[in-house]
Amino acid sequence: MTEHPSELRYTIEHEWVRVEGDGNATIGVTFFAQDQLGDVVYIVLPAVGSTLQAGARMGEIESVKSVSDLFVPVSGEVLETNQDVLDHPERVNEDPHGAGWMLRVRMSDPSEVDRLLTNEQYDSAIAS
Amino acid sequence: MTSDSAPLLRTALYDSHVAVGGRMVPFAGWEMPVQYQGVIAEVKAVRSDVGIFDVSHMGRLNVYGSGAASFMDSLVTFSVKTLATGRARYGFILSDSGGILDDVILYHTQFDDGSDLLRLVCNASNRFAVIGWMDQNAAAFPGVTFNDHTYETALIAIQGPRALQVVDGLCIDDPKPSTLRPFAADTFPFDLGDDVHAEGFVGRTGYTGEDGVEIAIDAAHAPRLWEALLAAGAAPCGLGARDVLRLEAGLRLHGSDMDLTTTPLEAALERFVNMDKGIFHGRDALELQEEDGLRRRFVGFRLLGGGVPRHGCAILHEGQFIGEVTSGTYSPILDTGIAMGYVPADHSAPGQTVQIDLRGRPVEAEVAELPFYRRPKTS
Repeated sequence: MTEHPSELRYTIEHEWVRVEGDGNATIGVTFFAQDQLGDVVYIVLPAVGSTLQAGARMGEIESVKSVSDLFVPVSGEVLETNQDVLDHPERVNEDPHGAGWMLRVRMSDPSEVDRLLTNEQYDSAIAS
Repeated sequence: MTSDSAPLLRTALYDSHVAVGGRMVPFAGWEMPVQYQGVIAEVKAVRSDVGIFDVSHMGRLNVYGSGAASFMDSLVTFSVKTLATGRARYGFILSDSGGILDDVILYHTQFDDGSDLLRLVCNASNRFAVIGWMDQNAAAFPGVTFNDHTYETALIAIQGPRALQVVDGLCIDDPKPSTLRPFAADTFPFDLGDDVHAEGFVGRTGYTGEDGVEIAIDAAHAPRLWEALLAAGAAPCGLGARDVLRLEAGLRLHGSDMDLTTTPLEAALERFVNMDKGIFHGRDALELQEEDGLRRRFVGFRLLGGGVPRHGCAILHEGQFIGEVTSGTYSPILDTGIAMGYVPADHSAPGQTVQIDLRGRPVEAEVAELPFYRRPKTS
């Protein structure tokens, strides 16, 4: 049983993307990532309004044990960052694919999503 | 010496850790649990209730025979000759240049026949260096025997406000372990279930800033003691929680906060050095350093912005490099990043501000009194 829902797409760097009804993308980190990191205690995210290229470093996520870079899976403009997750980084552990979301992006090239991993591809990638 | 390819050692409790979901990682040549339910939950269990740690990887040596106290007295910074039976002391084994080869606890106890036994507990990563240094200096003490019994025994730390209650509950005789004063130690019999009884050597010591004990027990009985402690409600805790707890308590870690290039005076641990007890390895170098004055001093830092300082982060003052973080973490009890490290003496006063470079992002921090956390006095 996978912890990674089929309606999301994934990167090998452990971000997920959900394409919303309005065509914008919501981005977060995966169940597997938060489980590996342990207790998340600090998150740095890009400024609202900034424009990012897919694959660019967009911030960092810090747990008690380690710090990791976050990479943006799709190109576009940052519409919103999740203030609740910035104030309460433990949301990432509690609900990584829901309340632990990090940012919403207006995609400049929605076809980029098709190149991301499916949940099955992601699960086999982390299993190897 | 260990390398990445060397097989990892396993403690007597390895199977017990895996059985309850302990996440195992390599540490100082051993395969040890870094966490079970999560670092922060484990830290909270120790601060508010009771947690248990497998610290069997730490070195355990027995030293005995004619001249054993004089031998150890020549190697450590505290007085062994005045260490009473049933007591323990913390201090350092120094090189002749005053650098810290290891920090240790030495317990003075007795064999069953009433003869003296000194039990030395050292860091896992320094066990072979300590034994080598003892070998090198043993010639003048032909009556002394020392042997390494790390593999035949296990060491379990029980820490937290309810630690003594839990340990007393397993002890089948009076007096109970809770009658030990801090840094006292003795042997107690324990009921390990199924009519199995075993003796454990209990010291009222620890590395968390909480009340508690550490119990040395033979390896065969260790899993039963661990299970009995879990059944009494103790939370299993890993190296991750241990690191946060010791940092909050301002306790130094050898290999990170101190090593052969630092002295106890620089590490601000002179209270564990007895300069009046007579000659010991490293004493002359410390005396010289005392006369010269210290150029750097070990201090704590409390972050004023977000992020987690870690080993190796630069400490800056007005953009200039003044030192490096030797240990850092996120403190759940203070809800901020904390760090320790060496800075020039004129930057070491509490309240002075510095910046700590977190991967290119300088964050304001202030010099803080150590420890960051002191447990509330109960009685």
